Parts: sequence; C-alpha cells; structure tokens
Amino acid sequence: MTYLGDVLTLARKDLLLELRARDTLPAMLLFVLSTLVVFHFALPAGADEVAAQGLLWVALVFTALLGLARAWAPERESSALEGLVLAPCDRSAIWLGKAAAVFVFLGAVELVALPAFGAFFSPVDAATVAGVLLASIGICAVGTLLAAMAAASRTRELVLPLLFLPLAIPLVVGGVGASVSPDPGRYLAFLALYDAIFSLLCWASFEYVVSE
Amino acid sequence: MPLGARTRTFSIGAELIEAPVIEAAALEKRYGRKRALRPLDLTLERDGFLVVTGANGSGKTTLLRLVAGLAAPTRGTLEVRAVRQGLGYLGHEALVYRDLTALENLDLYGRLYRVPERRERIGMLLERFGLWEARGERASAYSRGMLQRLALCRALLHDPELLVLDEPYTALDGEGADLLDRQLGELRGRRTVLLSTHDPARVERLATARLALS
Repeated sequence: MTYLGDVLTLARKDLLLELRARDTLPAMLLFVLSTLVVFHFALPAGADEVAAQGLLWVALVFTALLGLARAWAPERESSALEGLVLAPCDRSAIWLGKAAAVFVFLGAVELVALPAFGAFFSPVDAATVAGVLLASIGICAVGTLLAAMAAASRTRELVLPLLFLPLAIPLVVGGVGASVSPDPGRYLAFLALYDAIFSLLCWASFEYVVSE
Repeated sequence: MPLGARTRTFSIGAELIEAPVIEAAALEKRYGRKRALRPLDLTLERDGFLVVTGANGSGKTTLLRLVAGLAAPTRGTLEVRAVRQGLGYLGHEALVYRDLTALENLDLYGRLYRVPERRERIGMLLERFGLWEARGERASAYSRGMLQRLALCRALLHDPELLVLDEPYTALDGEGADLLDRQLGELRGRRTVLLSTHDPARVERLATARLALS
C-alpha cells in the first residue's frame, strides 16, 4: 500500500467514525446557521455589504474551530493515537488523513453556510467561493496540527483557540480581501501561498508533535 | 522508531540476526523531577522471553513504553533491533476506536501494517480469542475483558517479531487467560517477547529471562 493508500485508509476511518457517532458535523452545521441568524439580526438594517462579508468569515473560522476541537477526540479515547503512531506508516499520513477528513466536514458545512449567507445577506460570487475553498485548506492543515498539539494538553479547550486564531488571521485577511476587493486574484494567490507554506510545515512537523 | 537522542534503532540485517533484540545500558526515565525508571542494564536475546516483575510504580510500564518507542529515555542508551513493522505492543489501553467494530478496528490496523491475507488473519485471531461472534459489535459495547482480547488480536495481527505485553492478563477471565497462555506457548522460541506481570508464576514455564524492578 502506498502513502496515499494510508492517508485514504485513515481519512475513511474518520468519516466512518463521524457517520457512527454524528457528534461533530451536526454541531458544526447548527453552529454556523445559528451564527448567521444572529448576525442577520445583529447587523443594522442598511449596513454595508462589506461588513456582512466579514461576518461570513467570522462564522466560518469559529465553526472550523468547533470541528477542530473534536478532531482528535476519537484518538484520545483508548489512546488510539498511540496505536497509529506505532504503525509502520509515515506519521505525516496520520496528519494528512485527519486534515482530509476535517476538510470534508468543513466543506459540507460550507455547502450549507454559503447559500444561507446568500439568503440572509447577499449572494456569494465566484471569488468568495474560491476564497472559502483556499482558506479551508489552510484552516484544515494548520488547525489539524494545532489540534493534535492541544489534544495532549489538559486545557485543550483553551489552548486550541489561543494557538489557532492568531494563525488564522492571514486566512481571514485573504478571504475577506478575495470577497470584497475588485482585484480578488491577489488575495487568492496569497491564500494559495499560505496553504502551500503552512501545509508543508505541518506535514514536516507532525512527526515531532506525536513523538515524546 | 524515534526513541530519543541517546537511542539508536535499526532494521535487522543478515549480520545482525544473532545480535540481541534489546540492549539497554544505564537506561533511565524521568518525568520532570520524578524518576519513573531507575538506571537499568538489559539484554534480551532474539526469540527470548523476558518476564518483568515489580511493585506498582517500579517502572514496568515505563520500560515497556521505552522499548515500544512511545517514550524517549532521559539518560542511557537503548537499542531495539526491530523495525516498526515488527513490533507488537499491548498497553494498558486497548488502542482501538470505540465507535468501530472489532472487525473494522483490525481491518484498519491490518491495512496500516500491510498484513498479507488480512481478512483470513483477522478471522483466525477473532476465532482464536473468542470474539468472532461479537465481530460486528462496536468496541464501546465490549466488556473490559473483551477489549483486552481485542487488544491482543491487534498486537498479534501482523505476527510481530518482537512482542511487548504490559500486564496482558489484566481483565481476562479464566478462559481468556488460558487462550493467552496457549498463544504465548506457541510464540515461545519463535518470537521475542517482553512481558510485564504481577503474576510471574503464570508465565514461569515460558520465561527464558527474568527482570525484577524495584
């Protein structure tokens, strides 16, 4: 079996676990819809469309955080992560498989959130969709690594946001820029660069996160 | 298997086949100021069966985790001449997913360990440890003893050359313990086994070496 085969095996395991337990995706969906409803009533009538675009990104980042907080929960039970670490597969495959599964969950949430945003505020354009897609890759890559680090801590619920939110700022800047700028290409390129650099860093450093 | 800066681990080559599987010198483990394992010298020959005994807190689990590569030594050297593919580890936790069935858990590990004829091997182990009838149940529905049996199946799945078993008789009923006795009897002389226990009499006939930690 190849490296990609290991990644698929691990991602498939996470999707199967979510199908069984259903304790992450429904919560994420409910959260993002609730947040958009709250924003709909919180934003004054006649407010700038640009402000609404910013709120979309706030909703997406915090929804992703909710999913990331649960990402390694199955591994914490019965110390299953030790079982994976002992397996002869490349340890980065564990991170990549998990990040792929989180990406699927976040993608499913966005499939609901973007039309809901269109209904509550204004229709989303292609640049926004591309920005959301690229930002999601960065969120999943960085967030999965940080969630693994936080999972080892007793105060994981506090540690994860403290680690994740500062690193998510460039994604929000790029995402909002892609949504509101007349020249979204620049921001999309920035997001793609962020994804490439941070995915590579996370891929290379996961080994050290799971080793003592 | 990264075991820390003072540790070297390498694959088995033809010239090393007679070398001890485990060699430790002045091996010590501390967690902050707390000493989890006193300095220890240890040699375990290939196909040997080492039984580790000692009171609670004497460092049995720490030693086994060091050998498995789940912890890094604080001082001393540890050489484990086995590749990750060739190590089977049973710890205090089952290391399985609670929301997967026994079959799904073993299939996951079988794929990651590239077990040849995976389905047959899984079926054989589930039969042997009396879990075949419960193979479709989620691990969360298993009793503590059944989980221990499943953990044994997981540790043995890839027919490891080095088996590290931390108190494997824990939670097993009489029948389960007898099954494990039979399995260990079959492995004796064919595989290297490092086993910790509070009941050394149970494995006395199998042991080729003994280590009492204090």
